[in-house]
Amino acid sequence: MDVLVCVKRVPMVGGKVLVTADGQDVDTRMSGFTVSPHEECAVEEAVQITEREGGSVTVLTLGLPEAAEQLRDMMALGAHRGVLLETDGREWGPDATAAAIVDAAGELGPSPFPLILAGNEAADTGGYQVGVRIAHALGRPCLTGIKRLEIAGATLRGSREYRGAQEVFEVALPAVVTVKEGINLPRYPSLPGRLRAKRAEITVLRPQWKADGLRKEGLRVPAGSARRAQILGHGAAAVPALLDVLNGLGVLPSAVRSGGDAA
Amino acid sequence: MSQVPERASAVIIGAGIVGNSLAYHLARLGWTELVLVDKGPMPNPGGSTGHASNFIFPIEYSKMMMELTRDSTEQYKELGVFTESGGIEVARTQARMQELRRRCSQAKSWGIPAELLTPEGVRKLVPYLDDSVILGGAHFPTVGVVDPLRAGTLMRERAQQLDALTVLAGAEVMGIDKSDDGRIAGVRTTKGDIATDVVAICCGVWSPRIAKMAGARIPLTPIAHQMISVGPIALFDGTEGEIAYPIVRDVDENMYERQHGGDMEVGSYAHRPIIVAPDDIPSIEEAVLSPTEMPFTQDDFDPQLELALELMPELLGDEHAGVRYAINGLISMTPDGHPVLGEAPEVPGLWSVAASWIKEGPGIGRAVAEWMSGVTPEIDIHEADISRFYPHQRTTAHVTARAREGFNKMYGIVHPNEQWESGRPVRVSPAYERERALGAVFYETAGWERPFWYESNAGLLEKYADRLMDRPSEWESRWWSPIINAEHLAMRDAAGLFDLSAFAVLDVTGPGALEAVQKVAVAQMHVPNGRVVYTSFLDEAGGFRADLTIMRLGPRHFRVVTGGATGMTDYKWITDHLPADGSAAVTDVTSAWTTFGLWGPKARDILRNLTADDISNAGFPFGTCREIEAAGITVLASRISYVGELGWELYVPIEQGAKLWDAVFEAGEPAGLVAAGIGVYGTTGRLEKGYRAYGAELDASYNLVEAGMTRPKVKEQEFVGKTAYLRQRETQPSAVLCTLIVDDHVSESGELRYMLGGEPTLSVDGEPLTDARGRRSFVTSAGSGPSVGKHLLLSYLPPEQAVVGEPLNVEYMGEQYPVTVAVAGSTPLFDPSNERVRS
Amino acid sequence: MTGTDFGPDGTGAGGAAAGLGAGGGVICLAERDGAAIAEASLRALAFAASLAGPAQSVTAVVFPPAGGVGEPEPDDEVFADVLAECGATDVCLVRSAELTAYAPVAWARSIEQLTAADRASAVVAAATDHGSEVLAHLGAMTGLPVAANCVSAQSAGPSSWRLVRQRWAGSVLEDAVLEASLALLTVAADAVGQPAADGAASAVNGAVSAVNGAVLGGNGAASGVNGAESADRGLLSSARAGRRPSVRTVTPVLSEPDLVVRATESAEQSSGMSLATARVVVGGGRGVGGPDGFSALEELADLLGGVVGVSRVVTSQGWRPHRQQVGQTGTKISPELYMACGISGAIQHMAGCLSARHIVAVNTDADAPIIAHAEFAVIGDLNEVVPALIAAIRARAS
Repeated sequence: MDVLVCVKRVPMVGGKVLVTADGQDVDTRMSGFTVSPHEECAVEEAVQITEREGGSVTVLTLGLPEAAEQLRDMMALGAHRGVLLETDGREWGPDATAAAIVDAAGELGPSPFPLILAGNEAADTGGYQVGVRIAHALGRPCLTGIKRLEIAGATLRGSREYRGAQEVFEVALPAVVTVKEGINLPRYPSLPGRLRAKRAEITVLRPQWKADGLRKEGLRVPAGSARRAQILGHGAAAVPALLDVLNGLGVLPSAVRSGGDAA
Repeated sequence: MSQVPERASAVIIGAGIVGNSLAYHLARLGWTELVLVDKGPMPNPGGSTGHASNFIFPIEYSKMMMELTRDSTEQYKELGVFTESGGIEVARTQARMQELRRRCSQAKSWGIPAELLTPEGVRKLVPYLDDSVILGGAHFPTVGVVDPLRAGTLMRERAQQLDALTVLAGAEVMGIDKSDDGRIAGVRTTKGDIATDVVAICCGVWSPRIAKMAGARIPLTPIAHQMISVGPIALFDGTEGEIAYPIVRDVDENMYERQHGGDMEVGSYAHRPIIVAPDDIPSIEEAVLSPTEMPFTQDDFDPQLELALELMPELLGDEHAGVRYAINGLISMTPDGHPVLGEAPEVPGLWSVAASWIKEGPGIGRAVAEWMSGVTPEIDIHEADISRFYPHQRTTAHVTARAREGFNKMYGIVHPNEQWESGRPVRVSPAYERERALGAVFYETAGWERPFWYESNAGLLEKYADRLMDRPSEWESRWWSPIINAEHLAMRDAAGLFDLSAFAVLDVTGPGALEAVQKVAVAQMHVPNGRVVYTSFLDEAGGFRADLTIMRLGPRHFRVVTGGATGMTDYKWITDHLPADGSAAVTDVTSAWTTFGLWGPKARDILRNLTADDISNAGFPFGTCREIEAAGITVLASRISYVGELGWELYVPIEQGAKLWDAVFEAGEPAGLVAAGIGVYGTTGRLEKGYRAYGAELDASYNLVEAGMTRPKVKEQEFVGKTAYLRQRETQPSAVLCTLIVDDHVSESGELRYMLGGEPTLSVDGEPLTDARGRRSFVTSAGSGPSVGKHLLLSYLPPEQAVVGEPLNVEYMGEQYPVTVAVAGSTPLFDPSNERVRS
Repeated sequence: MTGTDFGPDGTGAGGAAAGLGAGGGVICLAERDGAAIAEASLRALAFAASLAGPAQSVTAVVFPPAGGVGEPEPDDEVFADVLAECGATDVCLVRSAELTAYAPVAWARSIEQLTAADRASAVVAAATDHGSEVLAHLGAMTGLPVAANCVSAQSAGPSSWRLVRQRWAGSVLEDAVLEASLALLTVAADAVGQPAADGAASAVNGAVSAVNGAVLGGNGAASGVNGAESADRGLLSSARAGRRPSVRTVTPVLSEPDLVVRATESAEQSSGMSLATARVVVGGGRGVGGPDGFSALEELADLLGGVVGVSRVVTSQGWRPHRQQVGQTGTKISPELYMACGISGAIQHMAGCLSARHIVAVNTDADAPIIAHAEFAVIGDLNEVVPALIAAIRARAS
């Protein structure tokens, strides 16, 4: 199966994110760049699918020419082909991004991608929409937030945990799926993989930017509050409180779990 | 969580390996009420200690670094955090094979186990290495890995057990306060203020930033070193512990490969120098990993990947092993590659303990703790003294230029005489343009451009063709020319004119001037005006601290003349020992005076053409100085010599230097005067006379008795090191400094080879010589003696071997050459009765 | 599939005429959580109420639970009270024979029809998996932008809104302007109480907390852990809070494509107990003291249905095999609970467990970095705490 995976180049940030002096962007002077964590899992999932079933993985991103670095990172993990939708650095809304991806998917070759994967949401803008909008544009079903994906013939079964239960979806291919971290353990790039990626060709397309109704005025950093654990107590004397916490988190064996008043 | 003490005996900033070690050793030496602060959490506050690859090779190019590493290793072992793994430097080129032979010889000089290996020998120890890409290797079986974070924790705990230390984690230093007289007064932190007289900056890459708070400069720059960790390695899954295979240094490619648990770490110094300004290091909160683990820049590492794969194709080429960790790890680089230790010259009470690797951390902590406690450090760390830097060497431009240049030489084959290219020229003599016209080949000392020889003297090669001792081997002819030896012979035949502008000139003046110089000089300074005194300075333990001359210019005026390289440390030493009542001052007048040296049998004849003053032997005897009028210039002439010839040092105001140079040159030409370089002054002329050099023969690990430099009497007045010196005089020396001649230069392959210094001195049976104090004998200086027709070596020998005529061997590039003791003690080989100097 | 006419089916006046922007009131997706309304939705509802003018309707839309319902549920009365507490003027119970399970497109279609009928000016949902997904579909259907993870919003004229929304999971706030005939907003989980939020938002916080106290108090950890501290902040100041809402039932017109994606619930748990996928990881570091100390950790992990992970020093010491290492150079884990015992929390280690939902630390050093990363901590020796915990769990089980 040929799988298209959509990723986004985002700065690698620590616990505190700095904003540029003009308040328009995240300060990346000392940052490295990566793809959003969910997307790395999407690539891994795609690679595993093609390892099982054959086919190819095309990884696509929309961004500055520098985003080719992330395409190569993903190719080092096993993606076969990279597509860069090159932009001038302006921010693209989810609708415009989805439209550009749909256009590109059409241009990329005779065979459509039966499966398009994306991350559930981007680490930076956190819009939660690109996958859904692609699906609507293509008239395909879309599963989001998927943490387990199985493919049986033309049927795709995806599941996720929601409010303590498993939600399972079953749809026919072609489909769009956005995945969440935890669906798999993304591999690290092997050295041979890294060298293959370095030599790989990247297809570059230049889509047209479109405005949407949501306009960024500026970014700022909220006044932070230092996080610190709640101290449950000292030594073995803290065990009752600890037990209550574990109970509250629902990790105690069922025989031990107490309903209700975890005061 | 600790309370912030109001007062501390010392505040140590930075809880990396250095700060923890310093805290422990200070506590051990009796300090109490110490405070260790760090803005980060324990045990890994986020500095370079937290991301180091943590391996220790015992072999170094510098004796000081080797000793610090050795001491650190002992300390790590005692703390139980050392794991011996062995280490191998592999060679991909013939040049490197020769370098590894040199390195093994160097190891023998210092008693470090080392052996050369064939490619198969390497593979036997490192089965995953492709031996077809290497020519061999050098195996150092005592290489090991350490856990510096654990070591730091243990050291903190020990200091706390001594009830000497308060640790403040998460306390960022916001300012350093000084008293009205400029001394350290306190430290302001985010957790509270602490009053203190002593601050030690152990902040690694942040050190310049912290020093700036106190108005001091610590010349280092953060620079990135790339490292990746590849795993899981199937082969390592079966191994126990952190490391089971030797560390490999792929030195030709500036890389290393080191097992770390289930992973292989691959580090590189091959990429472009990536310099980060101390103020641009991200905060703990902003950093993805830690502040000093900067984002990895893949492009810079790509070429290294291929080379690493070439060396370990199967292990690193495993598709199931991935790059799990990759950083541009920040490390500190200094202009000369040495640490920056000691009290900052600008701010009394502010100590720099910066630019250390993991391998020296504990040793540095101990040495500086001793120093701070008024105890002479057991290891001579003068080469790391922060006061060694001249102002221009502390500029950001200089520091970054040298860091850039030095970075890729980390594993380079660095010739002992190799010169820096960046940041030159800075300091030039008034005769600089004339010297350039003469084809001077300049070497740099303390920023000064010094002619090492003059290509214009190539014409002399023919004249002295049979006495040149030319060097057919490329290694020994590198950074050398037979013209040096021709200039030497021309000087001995007629005269040589030397540019000695790089001398540091320090005036000690005031009512207490005599007291000031008496305090530091071994020699009697209560001499008549116009006398020149050659003397050593000692440390409290009686080791050498300086070796220089002092002119008495007046009742309250002494002029100290010392080498450019040590000018600033000597300046600080004198300053630190000035009379407490402020009755004397020391002033650096280097930039006011140019010095030329005129020496040779014709020196008097030449000078006589320029002056009407009495310069006869009787009228201007050896060991005196006075003003004369020469070529219409007032010149301070000083009759001494470091090359064993009649002549003078001529001091003139710098703007008149060119005129004097021209006048002497013109006056000397008919007599056969040649411009002669530092190759003659510092090596050939000196070695023929057996003159000792500070930093080569003379350092803190030897004494005046061993160096053969005692005088019949010891002055009555007190001076630093006197007690130790008196004791030394009463005991038999454990070693005697000797001059050796090389009897046969022919190598196994039939080539003539000439030692350059540092080689182990061995018995005729090839056994290392170790003296009663455990010191191995090795060559401290080596060079041609054109007038005696021999290659000369200086070496300390145990008394049993220090016998004229004693046959010995010297190992060079893995081969042994026969040598003979020519002089035991300080008698010159050339002109033993010093007739020339005194003629 | 046959369509049923869509329209108000109950009593009540629906949206008020004098509205914000072009349309009428604000619609909010009210998700169920078991027998109750999800706390996140109550917060979203309070947020929605803060957007509506005094004369405008605030409609809480409740979809049928899994399995579907035909008749009004016994809970409806309770729902109405709870929703009203959070500012709902109207409650809209969606009924449809096709809606027997969560179906994001169908939900979005239903809300789309409701917005048309109500001439709504805004649709609000909690930024949960369902809320985000439904609004994304609504955005795609209508071609309108969706502003995700808002922490505050206010009208800035017809079809125009000033927003503050989260980026970088809340590390950065974006000031934005939304121009849309229908504002589609999801509300960040921790929106209420954000410094950026205005006065109304903090009032909302009080209301939600009060509701939590009254209705969700029995809901175990959620309120015990999160709700208690804000319970005393007072009730929603809005005059209409607590007024009896109008309740109506609506039936959307759904077509086959709307129902293609439909959830079935399954009790199955993810299979395999690898370090990477384990639901609980009990971590051991230097504090374990040696290879023998791990048996207690293994026992605890077994009891909690998890596995043991270790820090690098443990593998370096040879106490445990390399494959059990958690961290940058080991396995990255994302369990529900990471219980870090005797682990200081070195950066490289934390990089491997930051995806853990909850971290509980047991450590002798209250200054250790792990304490800053953990949610709960016990200060003490794990070799004392862990056996005591095991004993306590066993005692409670028997």
